[in-house]
Amino acid sequence: MATVFIPTPLRKFTNHTSKVEVPGGTVMEVIQTLTSTYPPLQRHLINADGKVPSFINIFVDDDDIRNLQQEQTPVKSNTIVSIVPAIAGGLK
Amino acid sequence: MEHYTVTFSKEELARYNRHIIIPEFGLEAQQKLKAAKVLVVGSGGLGSPLLLYLAAAGVGNIGIVDFDIVDDSNLQRQVLFGVESVGLAKVEGAKRRLQSLNPHINITVYNTQITSNNAFELISGYDLVADGTDNFPTRYLINDACVLLGKVNVYASIFQFEGQVSVFNYKNPNGEVGPNYRDLYASPPPPGLVPSCAEGGVLGVLPGIIGSLQALEVIKVITGVGEVLSGRFYSFDALTFESRTFKIRRNPSNPLNGDNPTITALIDYEQFCGMKAVERKIKEIDALELHKWETSGVDYQIIDVREPHEYEIVNIGAELIPLASVVDNVAKIDRKKKVVVQCKTGNRSGKAIRELEDKFGFENLYNLKGGILAYIRDVEPGLTGY
Repeated sequence: MATVFIPTPLRKFTNHTSKVEVPGGTVMEVIQTLTSTYPPLQRHLINADGKVPSFINIFVDDDDIRNLQQEQTPVKSNTIVSIVPAIAGGLK
Repeated sequence: MEHYTVTFSKEELARYNRHIIIPEFGLEAQQKLKAAKVLVVGSGGLGSPLLLYLAAAGVGNIGIVDFDIVDDSNLQRQVLFGVESVGLAKVEGAKRRLQSLNPHINITVYNTQITSNNAFELISGYDLVADGTDNFPTRYLINDACVLLGKVNVYASIFQFEGQVSVFNYKNPNGEVGPNYRDLYASPPPPGLVPSCAEGGVLGVLPGIIGSLQALEVIKVITGVGEVLSGRFYSFDALTFESRTFKIRRNPSNPLNGDNPTITALIDYEQFCGMKAVERKIKEIDALELHKWETSGVDYQIIDVREPHEYEIVNIGAELIPLASVVDNVAKIDRKKKVVVQCKTGNRSGKAIRELEDKFGFENLYNLKGGILAYIRDVEPGLTGY
């Protein structure tokens, strides 16, 4: 089971859970399992082309999956998968 | 001014003594700080700790860009300002505070919004930019302007309990340029996914933590002391205390400085992001003023956008149209007389007003400031709060 960190803006779709244990051998499998558990997450994590949208970064441990094997990056049982969306606050 | 020509008065040497005695820092780093020119865009939540620490540390030339006015609701986290600053231009309040903190530095203020038209002019006179703004169009604008001008962009961003920090477009001593915001996020999220702090809220101490980290990176970039957070991306979750530092790289398809650049000038960032950089202010009415309307025969309509179960707990005789059904019930909302929209605290009614103004062009809507809770507090304390 990989551990997935859910970022603040998406926690409203996971009953405010910040950390979820999810089975899956690749990043895409993990995301698919996650979105089947929390269907409202799907439109934020998978775009019409079946990929992770460009305003979301997925890191497997410390590495950006774009520098690994994208959505097919392997995930092990002790892997931490972090979902890091663009946020823009600061001023107000 | 090259740093080796910088000299210090006796007062300055005393002031900066705790820097100068750090072996890795020393007089030279302090000289670099004094010679530095830093532009801080946004003097709010992040800008407050950032500016306080940069000024205290002796950054010699600080520019501040902001167009906003200090408001009561800022004081929960914008520690640059006190009650005496409310109503002042933020840049003015900031300048007064920073000048009293450190009279040995130069503060230049720009009481304006940074836009594609003035960004080059604002940034070009500075060595580096620290971005503490609050919206995607301005984030992309500052990023692009820094890349096109070859300036370092020390980035920080917050949302509710979450903070991010990185240093973009940093040229390391080998001359290699690090990633920028577009390498990380090629495009912004669709409007509405990530609400602004004004809508989504932010824990007051979070910008204090993240803005301080931003100040740290500004100081490291200027002085060359330590390892700059370039090619790395720091993320902090105040709720779980999880913090992680991810590795990031340049993306060959980055339209700014990838293999085939297509962006060679600043663009229309509001169009690119599909959202406005500055949200239009909506009209407000406070509970006491509403009470005056009630008792002086002003002809107005009042709409409550809460849910029916909340309405049952307590209401002030408003017409109930829950937020989700406002658009379907637009015909019930008066176009001519004044219309007060209320909810529990003023957030949902603010959203309803924005939606009605944007989609239907309403101009007669007033948000009840602080919602029904403020009304109970200020007008009818006998009603049930919840």
